[in-house]
Amino acid sequence: MTAPLNLNPHLNPHLNDRGGRSNGVGPVLAFDDVVKEYPSTPPVRALDGVSFAVDRGELLAIVGPSGSGKSTLLHIMGTLDRPTSGEVTVAGHQVSELSDADLSGLRARHIGFVFQQFHLLNGYTALDNVADGALYSGGTLSVRRELAHEALTRVGLSHRVGHEANKLSGGERQRVAVARAILGDPSIILADEPTGNLDSKSSDAIVELIQALNGAGATIVVITHNPDIAALFPRSVGIRDGRIDYDTRTAP
Amino acid sequence: MTTTLSPDLPADQTATKLIPSRVNPIDMARTATVGMRTRRMRTALSALGIMIGIAAMVGVLGLSESSKSELLAQLDSLGTNLLTVQAGGGIGAGSGELPANAAEMISRIGPVEVTTTISAVEGANVYRTDYVPDGQTNGITVQAVDLSLVETLAGSVADGVWLNEATAGYPTTVLGSIAAERLGIHEVTGTQQVLIDDQWFTVTGVLNEFELSPNLDRAALVSLDAAATYLGDDNVPTSILVRVDPAQVDTVNAVLAPTANPQNPEEVEVERPTDALEAREAAGDALTALFLGLGAVALLVGGVGIANVMVISVLERRAEIGLRRALGATKKHVSLQFLGEALLLAGVGGVGGVALGVLATAVYARLRGWEAIIPPIAIAGGVGAALLIGAGAGLYPAIRAARLSPTDALRTS
Repeated sequence: MTAPLNLNPHLNPHLNDRGGRSNGVGPVLAFDDVVKEYPSTPPVRALDGVSFAVDRGELLAIVGPSGSGKSTLLHIMGTLDRPTSGEVTVAGHQVSELSDADLSGLRARHIGFVFQQFHLLNGYTALDNVADGALYSGGTLSVRRELAHEALTRVGLSHRVGHEANKLSGGERQRVAVARAILGDPSIILADEPTGNLDSKSSDAIVELIQALNGAGATIVVITHNPDIAALFPRSVGIRDGRIDYDTRTAP
Repeated sequence: MTTTLSPDLPADQTATKLIPSRVNPIDMARTATVGMRTRRMRTALSALGIMIGIAAMVGVLGLSESSKSELLAQLDSLGTNLLTVQAGGGIGAGSGELPANAAEMISRIGPVEVTTTISAVEGANVYRTDYVPDGQTNGITVQAVDLSLVETLAGSVADGVWLNEATAGYPTTVLGSIAAERLGIHEVTGTQQVLIDDQWFTVTGVLNEFELSPNLDRAALVSLDAAATYLGDDNVPTSILVRVDPAQVDTVNAVLAPTANPQNPEEVEVERPTDALEAREAAGDALTALFLGLGAVALLVGGVGIANVMVISVLERRAEIGLRRALGATKKHVSLQFLGEALLLAGVGGVGGVALGVLATAVYARLRGWEAIIPPIAIAGGVGAALLIGAGAGLYPAIRAARLSPTDALRTS
């Protein structure tokens, strides 16, 4: 479980540019006094001077009630949105310096997403859904399928490779989504309420999977409203009213 | 190469240069099929709209081309060097007869090859038996003609024999196709007789339709001699058929009227029967243009249908668009995906439409006994027009999809 997923340059040299393992020192993700305002009257300040950093190999929860600004935080961490002011650095790249197309490249190679609603393509197999994780890194389908097979094996779904996404259980779907996120071994994985649509058994299994992946070296940020889930992770960052409320680490 | 490193990084940090998103071209094409695979019925219906439009256009072009080639073949076999000289009708247009020596005069024109005289036998009616009341004439006329008539008009005998030197002096007649039908004579036995002006005439033959002179189909044809002998006809020509050197048709055309009737050339009408066929075809062309226009409208409606489906698709697939942006798709990738999908829909419709149009042409041409001809431009143009419509229809939805902000797209569940 310690081998990185895709560092086989024979498979695809393009997939080998992973900031996570090869990008020298420094945090994988850094927020420096990040402010996000939405234009309205009066303007809504969703994030109000947030600063924190995520180091390589960390597993942390960002926890807060709805409306606390954690969705905005997720979008800005994932470079899906830009801050109004402040600086965000992902895998050594300053987001403010990058064009929209550059940000897409950053997401394609350095950021993996897991969503509450899974966002799988129905009518496509688990394998092809996972293979889409590297679609925008330019690999051919055969190479991506090979990687997808490995990733599905890692999340314990090697027996569901050929099943269509809509014929899987909720827990299995989320595993497929996790496999898609880890495909290409991104610098950081952002999981938005990954257990929000699951029963408690599937939920526990996903948390265990996240812990195992982190144990294998992946950097993972879990966004959740549930303090019980957050308590399962070594670090919790509490968000309230757009500000960091607390940032606690449990002793290893 | 140090200049290409991100300037924000300290010198001891060697961040790898950011590689932009890039999609394998085959995979890009594959993304355009996502909508088709997940929404089959809708895809089929929207492609059908384009298909109908293209099929209509290809079919119309194919049919008009096939019928045109049929006409050329027909003109070729009939010959375009036939002119008819007729006494003009109407008020103040003279007696309705040409001078008695008109045929002789015309035959003296150099390029004239053959002249055939037709003389209508005035007041003569044809009856199957003498029990038929006088009023039931069936609209059949009696025409006294030169023996060269069938050859001059490129006509043919359906049954029996045409008038010849041997039979010309006797009361024999050959019936036009419609006249034969109305008299109930389908097969020539050699013993059938018809009553013309109280004189029994033996039917020796029945003709096929004349392409160039349909009015003769309604006539009982007798020789000029027989008409003079048994019907008291004066043999004055009512019309003269003239075959001329094909290279000099126009020249002869110009001098025919004054030659036929030097005193009153304005009373003479000269026509070229093949012109009528061409005019009929020209009328067909107008119809073709109309149907092409209808096809174009159908195509346009099909295009609007595709645009409509694509706009709905973009709305419905916001989550997918958001996901793709999160996976690293650029705006360009998203717009290409949706544009590709519209092109694919239209392309499928276009190819299907061309196939349907070709099939329709082939079947119809076969039924009419024509050679099926599909102009290559119809095939290329059909697919091309479909793709053009697809591009037009897909452009706006594609731009909308690309402009969708990833956060908004993901917020919808």
